[in-house]
Amino acid sequence: MTDTLFAQVLDEASRADPYPLYAQLRRTPVSRQGENLYAASTYRAVTALLHDPRISSDERKSRTGAGALAASGRLIEDGDERRPGFIFLDPPEHDRLRAVVMRQFTPHRIRLLGRHVETLVDELLDRRAGQTTLDVVDDLAYPLPVTVICELLGVPREDEPRFHVWATALARTLDPPEGMSEEEVARAVSAAAELRAYLVELAGQRAAHPRPDLLSGLLTDASGDRMNPPEIIATMALLLIAGHETTVNLITNGMLTLLRNPEALALLRERPDLITPALEEVLRYDPPVQFRTRTTLTDVELDGVTVPAGANVALLLASASRDPERFPQADRYEPLRQDNQHLGFGGGIHYCVGAPLARIEARVALGALVRRLESPRLAADPPPYRQSASLRGPRHLVVEAARVT
Amino acid sequence: MSSPAAPGRVVIVGASLAGLRAAETLRREGFRGELTLIGDEPHEPYDRPPLSKQVLAGRASPAHTALVRAPDLEATWLLGEPAAALDPHTRTVTLAGGREIGYDRLLIATGTRARPWPAAEEAALDGVFTLRGRDDAERLRAALAAGPRRVLVIGGGFTGSEIASVCRELGLPVTLAERGPAPLSGALGAAAGSVAARMQRAHGVDLRANTTVMALEGDGSGRLRAAYLSDGDVVEVDVAVVALGAVRNTEWLAGSGLAADARGVVCDAACRAFDADAVVTDDVYVAGDVARWPHPHYDGLLLAVEHWDNAVRQAETAAANLLREPPAPLRPHRGLPAFWSYQFGVNIKSVGLPTIADEVVVTQGAVADGRFVAAYGRQGRTVAAVAVDSPRWLPAYAGFVAANLPFPPDLHASDAPDPLRPVPAGLALDDRATHSPTAAVTGDGPTASDRSTHRDPRSPLTAPPL
Amino acid sequence: MRVLVDLNRCLSYGQCVFAAPSVFRFHGAESLEYDYAPGRALAEEVRHAAAACPVQAITYAEEPSGE
Repeated sequence: MTDTLFAQVLDEASRADPYPLYAQLRRTPVSRQGENLYAASTYRAVTALLHDPRISSDERKSRTGAGALAASGRLIEDGDERRPGFIFLDPPEHDRLRAVVMRQFTPHRIRLLGRHVETLVDELLDRRAGQTTLDVVDDLAYPLPVTVICELLGVPREDEPRFHVWATALARTLDPPEGMSEEEVARAVSAAAELRAYLVELAGQRAAHPRPDLLSGLLTDASGDRMNPPEIIATMALLLIAGHETTVNLITNGMLTLLRNPEALALLRERPDLITPALEEVLRYDPPVQFRTRTTLTDVELDGVTVPAGANVALLLASASRDPERFPQADRYEPLRQDNQHLGFGGGIHYCVGAPLARIEARVALGALVRRLESPRLAADPPPYRQSASLRGPRHLVVEAARVT
Repeated sequence: MSSPAAPGRVVIVGASLAGLRAAETLRREGFRGELTLIGDEPHEPYDRPPLSKQVLAGRASPAHTALVRAPDLEATWLLGEPAAALDPHTRTVTLAGGREIGYDRLLIATGTRARPWPAAEEAALDGVFTLRGRDDAERLRAALAAGPRRVLVIGGGFTGSEIASVCRELGLPVTLAERGPAPLSGALGAAAGSVAARMQRAHGVDLRANTTVMALEGDGSGRLRAAYLSDGDVVEVDVAVVALGAVRNTEWLAGSGLAADARGVVCDAACRAFDADAVVTDDVYVAGDVARWPHPHYDGLLLAVEHWDNAVRQAETAAANLLREPPAPLRPHRGLPAFWSYQFGVNIKSVGLPTIADEVVVTQGAVADGRFVAAYGRQGRTVAAVAVDSPRWLPAYAGFVAANLPFPPDLHASDAPDPLRPVPAGLALDDRATHSPTAAVTGDGPTASDRSTHRDPRSPLTAPPL
Repeated sequence: MRVLVDLNRCLSYGQCVFAAPSVFRFHGAESLEYDYAPGRALAEEVRHAAAACPVQAITYAEEPSGE
């Protein structure tokens, strides 16, 4: 049997440009892509399913959930203290946990972090000042969000080399299990255990000596719906991984897009304030999260296809945001695009918790890259990509410039 | 100039949300001719929803609710003088002061006004208010800020309930009298109304359901002193807010030959006005609260919708159709009714038409937690949904309504009550609520009998017998 | 400047509250309230808020239009 279109999306050979495959997938808004696996590809279908209460984020409810799920710590046994992070849970449990997190994730706290982002970006780029090459990933797009998420959560920055490995291994489990080797599953299993042990120890320290960070905030939360210790560990693990594996791609995909669209880059050099719509257009055109997999709680009929209960459905966010039925000139990067109701941060009750922070980081980082790289060009196009198909982005993005100022 | 193509002069009667959005659409769609907007209020278009919420609570100035509008409208604004007559044969609108304005195409967007307290001398008492416009809101805000001993809200529809909510936020004692079995029961049914009733009482509202106000009484100097309720009680109040729903501004169309009466102006789904012989016109269009039109999703029955969203979308559709040149197709106005409210700290959003439902069922969440979604059904299909502090689910329910999903909907939602318990929606056909629902089926299309009787099939009069 | 939110489209995602907290706020858990006429100094924040709105419900005008 030839590979389905979605299997081809998962194939690393497609990582640099999955968009032609999405275009083929959109010919059928909802299509069967494997044993118990469906894909939703059009804007209409994806947005409908994002808001649909018949769709679950809890993969334990899938008929074929095993494999990678065990690795991610999401498939738990009775009596096990491990919990899925709240993005892998449904209401009412999801709603309670998310509300607790949002109490910590205040506009005030994000604003303070935002100010720090500007300093961090300057410091990181100062290290390359006077040079003629720069790796967007290693020099800025990776260290920035990692530093910020560590500061927000209260995780020591110096431990980063340890959890970098865990985060990468665990992020891989967001791809469907079909795309993973047994070795990768094994790596993810041990990463989950090590990350958990690390966080349990850290939580012990913060419980004894609280600091003004999110972990301490969760531990000292005295409200009636506060998280219990296993929930706190699961939430911390989730936020730590998400903070590692998404914003880096947003910044890198953004810079790659600008370098491939010189008029847009020139426009932003002239009008730095236009970075705001230009960033939203990156979120539409080349989003860091390409798809999320959900599970049907009952038979769901959409666009003439009945997806049976317990099936896995890949919501192809990146494909929906390229749907020409919704976005004119959908395959063009248009930094001034109006009516840009993209799905870059998902939608519905699981809309990205970190979106406000990610926007600030990406806006400041891209703004600084535009400003401080003189005559930049790509050293390699396409650049090498990281393995993950769902959290998709370049592994390195080397830029040659007349000078980094 | 009698050619329907390429009009030179467009007149919009009504300079509020629908009128403004229609004007903007005309310019956006390339209309370069003369554009005139006629409005009875002296103010430029402003947004009404905040008037019964943050403006009344003193968190926003009524002068600061002006609507964002296109900068290049190049329109003539005739504000502060209502239109008084229409002659569709000579294509002339006459203003109250006698001035005549000619048009090639007309858009009627005169909206509604607050239904007044029926006893004029009681309505004139110092301390008796209605709330519809910006000036009403400023007067009522000042009266509430003065710290009245007690406020009486007459009518427990959305506006009345929002006013009662603001009163409680301000720490004012408030009595709400509702003729029906519960607040919001006219729009959402008695079952949902019982939830609203509990919410109001929990917030300290002295709620009097199944109760009407018999009379308002003033002191020697013409100041409101007390209200006589049908439950036998006499309530001492300094402020009474009459929230008995809206009256459609159609009187100026009397004699015009259009199908206009107290229920609104009848138009087709392309927003073209009907004349009283049910012949569709090609130069008069209708949009917003004043319109009644056959909605394809509701078996062609005439719908009247007083919602913000409907005003915007119907205005856009009407304006686009007004400019259309054959053989370009007409655009139908067919979006589902949708509205929002917030009161007593909760967000209420609705999609579809709850007023036609016979059953309602909580599909997600729990009433006791104050966060839930309820679906409404009529004869086994889903016709509406209401989300309380759960807005992000509502788009899916709009899809369920549009797809005529069977009722009760078989969702298996993770937060669904088990089992689902559909109950009668409690929307009395005789509409005992003191206020009119803000979206309702208003009967069949224009007929000879309509012309002869001009009856209003909804509540004959929203105020109680005195 | 002037701001208008289509509260019918609004699904209370709250992105505007993060982008422009002195213009947009929640009244209760899910009800958005906002300043219709914020000062010009807030224009950049309002632009961020409008761009970030997941349902594109925010419109604004930098200058009050006069006719």
